[in-house]
Amino acid sequence: MSKTLLRNDWVVMALFTAAVLSMPLWLAPIGAGYPDLLQKFAIFGLFAIGYNILFGLTGYLSFGHAVFLGVGSYTAVWSFKLLTMNVLPAVLFSVLMGGLFAVIIGYLSLRRSGIYFSILTLAFAQMSYNMAYSVLTPITNGETGLQLAKSDPRVIDALFIEAGEGLPSTDLFGMQMSGYPGFYFCAVLLIIGFFISLRIFRSPFGLKLLAIKSNQTRMLYTGFNTRPYLLTAFVISGMYAGLAGALMAVTDPLAGAERMQWTASGEVVLMTILGGVGTLIGPLLGVGVIKYFENIFSALNVDTLHQIFSFLPDWLENVVVWISSHFVGEGWHLTLGLLFMVIVIFLPGGLMEGFQRIGSALRNLFKRSEAVAAQPSEKE
Amino acid sequence: MGNIVLSIKNVDKTFGGLHALGDINLDIEEGKIHAIIGPNGAGKSTLLNVCIGRLAPDRGTVEFEGKNMIGMEPYEINHAGMVRVFQTPEIFPDLSILQNVMIPALAKRDGVFNFDAFKSMASNADIEEQSTRILEELGLKSQTHDHAGSMSRGDKRRLELSMGLVQHPRLLLLDEPTAGMSRHDTNRTIDLLKQIKERGMTKIIIEHDMHVVFSLADRISVLAQGRIIAQGTPDEIRGNPRVQEAYLGGAEL
Ligand SMILES: Nc1ncnc2c1ncn2[C@@H]1O[C@H](COP(=O)(O)OP(=O)(O)OP(=O)(O)O)[C@@H](O)[C@H]1O
Ligand SMILES: [Mg+2]
Repeated sequence: MSKTLLRNDWVVMALFTAAVLSMPLWLAPIGAGYPDLLQKFAIFGLFAIGYNILFGLTGYLSFGHAVFLGVGSYTAVWSFKLLTMNVLPAVLFSVLMGGLFAVIIGYLSLRRSGIYFSILTLAFAQMSYNMAYSVLTPITNGETGLQLAKSDPRVIDALFIEAGEGLPSTDLFGMQMSGYPGFYFCAVLLIIGFFISLRIFRSPFGLKLLAIKSNQTRMLYTGFNTRPYLLTAFVISGMYAGLAGALMAVTDPLAGAERMQWTASGEVVLMTILGGVGTLIGPLLGVGVIKYFENIFSALNVDTLHQIFSFLPDWLENVVVWISSHFVGEGWHLTLGLLFMVIVIFLPGGLMEGFQRIGSALRNLFKRSEAVAAQPSEKE
Repeated sequence: MGNIVLSIKNVDKTFGGLHALGDINLDIEEGKIHAIIGPNGAGKSTLLNVCIGRLAPDRGTVEFEGKNMIGMEPYEINHAGMVRVFQTPEIFPDLSILQNVMIPALAKRDGVFNFDAFKSMASNADIEEQSTRILEELGLKSQTHDHAGSMSRGDKRRLELSMGLVQHPRLLLLDEPTAGMSRHDTNRTIDLLKQIKERGMTKIIIEHDMHVVFSLADRISVLAQGRIIAQGTPDEIRGNPRVQEAYLGGAEL
């Protein structure tokens, strides 16, 4: 594909839209073509795209972005409880709440840079996590998590429809948000989210963020107040995380504080770095790889391993199963850790760097064979 | 005397026990090139740092066009019209050469903050054109899409100069603009700075290269151990025995 063509936003968007909407088709052969996993790709995709606007463009490494994920989920569930099961208000409020929390946390954390910034965001995240379990239990319902209840007011729904039997489910004007409709709802938001990120990356604003990453001091002497730039990037990424949190509640209407734990904040860092920080598509690749392997590896257990290795002689089978059992199920994180280490050591630019290297190697090969083919004709 | 653009009054600066600047008084006249010379460690760069808000002086004021700059943020001083070109090149190494010049051009046009996240770069063709023109003037046109970080030191200085010039400041502070440049590039820069002088931009220039100083300066101040030991026209400075002793160890100028 020609590079100049990819410089056109609309070409990129057409390709991206086609790829996302046809995911159920092209992911089916590798066993990933079912709504549950596809939804996860889209939701964490949004989380990572937003995170990349902060980390990829400004270089500020936040270790607390899961807060906004949690805030988004709580807000969405409250919208389901108090107003309506329609997902649109829930999504809207979650984005706004994610943004609001990001304004506060960003304003305070961005007084520092580098490692101090990272630690401040981590501290705020842990504080929020603990508060969700303690003083904020009236809002978060503590360890049980916030759930729908039959007795919820749902004032807007109450105006239009009789409450049915059992708990209602989330919907978009009558279309239920489970299964494929749920995935397509997330997919449309992913496409919109990607479009916004594309525009930011290719705007003067994006260029200025990159300049801050490259030499922040110089920016100050060049006539820019960098603080509002950083805060804007932080808030935008917080809004993306709020949206992702809302979509988690859309596909499964409950919210728990574990969504804000530091491991969740760390996961988005891993995804972004694994795929390629600061590239448009990289974070999505990272999400795809991590969520796909998580799905496969964490579902394996000792029994399935025995089945897989049953072709080996008994003693060898036992040894192999014993070793590999540490890397599956609960041990999946060990696999993830190893994968991450290999990528960071050999491809600091993530998977995107890998693709670029393969691409340029192929191009060189191509050129050389062309040159060889051209030589004899020159001699004639 | 003409209009005074910059007026430094009673500025003191100490680093621990080191008296880097002692009671500096200096007036810069509009449209002139004012050179500051002096041996290594004399306090020349420190003086510029005080002017652009990188360092706070212990005492004294820096008035730019009648307004005290002390305590103002660096970006406010930039927008007031005083722009610095650094001694060690301060560029954006990860951006392209062209982008390095577009950034200050954007600052000049859009102010300290502008949320232009949904504008395309294509809508900034004027900024790009303006930046390209400056780069052309400084002889950097051929490689504008290369990473700035991989340039030679001399080229980095020329890039820095472009970054300052693109903002059309009223006062340009140049800290050794030709250090690390070849003779050819140095002469080229001298010509360029002379040209800009004709356009009426006031400049302060710190230089060790006396060839540069004497071909450019209208006035010269000599700094040694944090004090101004002499001031005057190039001819006056050339003949001043104190300067020869302090700065040149008695060598002929
Ligand atoms: N930020 C700082 N902290 C401590 N000491 C400093 C600082 N900046 C400068 N100095 C000291 O102040 C003195 C003056 O330094 P300055 O950089 O102003 O000299 P200069 O005249 O620019 O010299 P050169 O010609 O080598 O650039 C030096 O002794 C230097 O070590
Ligand atoms: Mg100096």
